[in-house]
Amino acid sequence: MNIVVALKQVPDLQQIRLRNRQPVLDDVPLTLGNIDKNALEAAVALKEAQGGNVIALSAGDENIEDTIKEALAAGADEAFLVADDQLQGAESSWIATVLAEAVKKIDQVDLLLFGEGSADNYSGQVGSRVAEILGWPQVAYAINIEVNGSTAAVTRSLEDCDEIVEVSLPAVITVLSDINEARIPSVTQILKAGKKPKEVLELDDLDVELPDGSPVETISNLAPDSQRKKVVVKTVDELLQALAAEGVIRR
Amino acid sequence: MATVLIYSDKASMALELLTAAREVGAAAVKAVTINDNAAAQDLVGAGAEVFAIDNDAINLADTAAVASALAQAIEQLGTDVVFLSSNRRGKEVAGRLAQIIQAGCLTDVTALQSNGDQIECQRNALGGATVATQTITEAKKVIAIRPRTFEAAAAGSAGSLNDLSVEAKPSAVKLVEVRSKAGDSVDIEAAEILVVVGQGMESQDDLPLAQELAKKLGGEVACSKPVATDKKWLSEERIVGLSGKKCKPQLALLFGISGQVQFTVGIRDARVIASINTDENASMNQMSDYIMTADLKQVLADLNKAL
Ligand SMILES: Cc1cc2nc3c(=O)[nH]c(=O)nc-3n(C[C@H](O)[C@H](O)[C@H](O)COP(=O)(O)OP(=O)(O)OC[C@H]3O[C@@H](n4cnc5c(N)ncnc54)[C@H](O)[C@@H]3O)c2cc1C
Ligand SMILES: Nc1ncnc2c1ncn2[C@@H]1O[C@H](COP(=O)(O)O)[C@@H](O)[C@H]1O
Repeated sequence: MNIVVALKQVPDLQQIRLRNRQPVLDDVPLTLGNIDKNALEAAVALKEAQGGNVIALSAGDENIEDTIKEALAAGADEAFLVADDQLQGAESSWIATVLAEAVKKIDQVDLLLFGEGSADNYSGQVGSRVAEILGWPQVAYAINIEVNGSTAAVTRSLEDCDEIVEVSLPAVITVLSDINEARIPSVTQILKAGKKPKEVLELDDLDVELPDGSPVETISNLAPDSQRKKVVVKTVDELLQALAAEGVIRR
Repeated sequence: MATVLIYSDKASMALELLTAAREVGAAAVKAVTINDNAAAQDLVGAGAEVFAIDNDAINLADTAAVASALAQAIEQLGTDVVFLSSNRRGKEVAGRLAQIIQAGCLTDVTALQSNGDQIECQRNALGGATVATQTITEAKKVIAIRPRTFEAAAAGSAGSLNDLSVEAKPSAVKLVEVRSKAGDSVDIEAAEILVVVGQGMESQDDLPLAQELAKKLGGEVACSKPVATDKKWLSEERIVGLSGKKCKPQLALLFGISGQVQFTVGIRDARVIASINTDENASMNQMSDYIMTADLKQVLADLNKAL
């Protein structure tokens, strides 16, 4: 069984600072999206249970070769990368096209896993778009995946119910972070990661040309203006007095 | 502005989309329903021009089938702009539909404004650290709007009901079972006061203290994500934040919350925020009106005693 997992390289969100409401991304280290790591974990768990090969797939700028080591350390057997500086921050439909073309170059894919949303953009589009380009069925928001031969039983978690569906393979499945707890690789695994096979392509190799002008334009991207009082209170009594003065509680 | 086609699997959300389309000044609104007579009636009752698809071969659990049905509706009705609800079902459909009709797509939109031909959409970016204003430059647009961004359209003069027929291919997805979630039907978004519990709470045995306080204040208990998804002390309905609910209470009392952006995005519209945390440098404190550096268990007990 070949399982491909799409992981996005993103700036480490915990380390983004704001200056004049603008996000400052210089010198912020790159990592892989959190929920994408859950998708990887789901793939590795399936492989451990039933055998197979896990391929980490990512499209990003030249740093991706280094960033993907995290996935190779956490259990991916190999990496398939599209590294091209045009892909940095590229729009979702473009990324979907690139990822779908890459998947077509990988032999016999049974399952293609995504995170429910990327850590930075969190739009939940890319998996759905790739499924459509490939003409594969999809199930999003998975909290459980069981493969039985040529189908998978997937639990899709919606707001008010869980749906158990049977989907024929190959299929696209996007996972919720609740599906598992992603493992933290050991030092030996990290050391071994560098030696695992990597295939690195450029956009030209995929015959993909990105159109001029993005389908989505960003007019502004600012931290919300938050003016909070930041008053330190020492006792519960002081707190209650302050809240009563605000008129939000009665005493 | 152009004609807007609206669709949601939930009637209440479709009614919100109707309001959204009217507020951005759509030239006309066409509402599509799939195998849902009740929703079609509700929309007609609110004055919408409804196109009801009735086709047993379309299974809502098969996103490819739903996206294909909507794409056919768009083709037949000649609409370029689509509003979907950004619940999970709607978000799953959005990308697939956008890909079929070659549209630009934005999901989780929290505000809309028309500016000439453009629709300016606001959505959270960088995990909630920032709010981006974006527009789709493509003529075809799929916009998924977060539930409760708009009021549901009220019943009024009747619209019209039309049948729409679309083709369905054999499905590769079979619905085996539906399990409803454990019945916690709390609505934290409607609460005026929220007592929000984070991972700083050391034991589930302390939870009743928060529940007692919420009750005394006439509010609800809410939580950060790990309290519901990792510890499973409270239902997912009570999660505040990016993947939970966006709340605008008059008062939010936060107990043991560190203040990561994915959480704060759900509470930053509260009128008054008080943070109780043992760490005086918790980043939540930077976004609070009142800061108390103390053990949450003690503070909960004292508040319950005082009130
Ligand atoms: C894509 C994505 C989406 C997410 N969506 C959400 C979401 O919707 N909602 C959400 O909440 N999170 C979400 N998260 C998770 C989020 O990043 C944080 O992990 C989470 O909010 C942390 O919860 P917390 O503040 O309760 O816990 P922690 O970060 O562990 O903080 C616990 C706090 O309690 C304090 N404390 C400890 N002991 C005590 C005590 N005795 N008394 C008082 N204070 C004490 C500590 O000082 C600390 O500040 C999301 C993450 C991702 C990647
Ligand atoms: N550049 C990328 N490379 C690999 N996978 C990606 C990329 N962008 C998005 N993804 C995948 O698509 C999912 C959804 O992303 P998004 O639509 O941006 O929320 C992510 O969780 C990843 O699994």
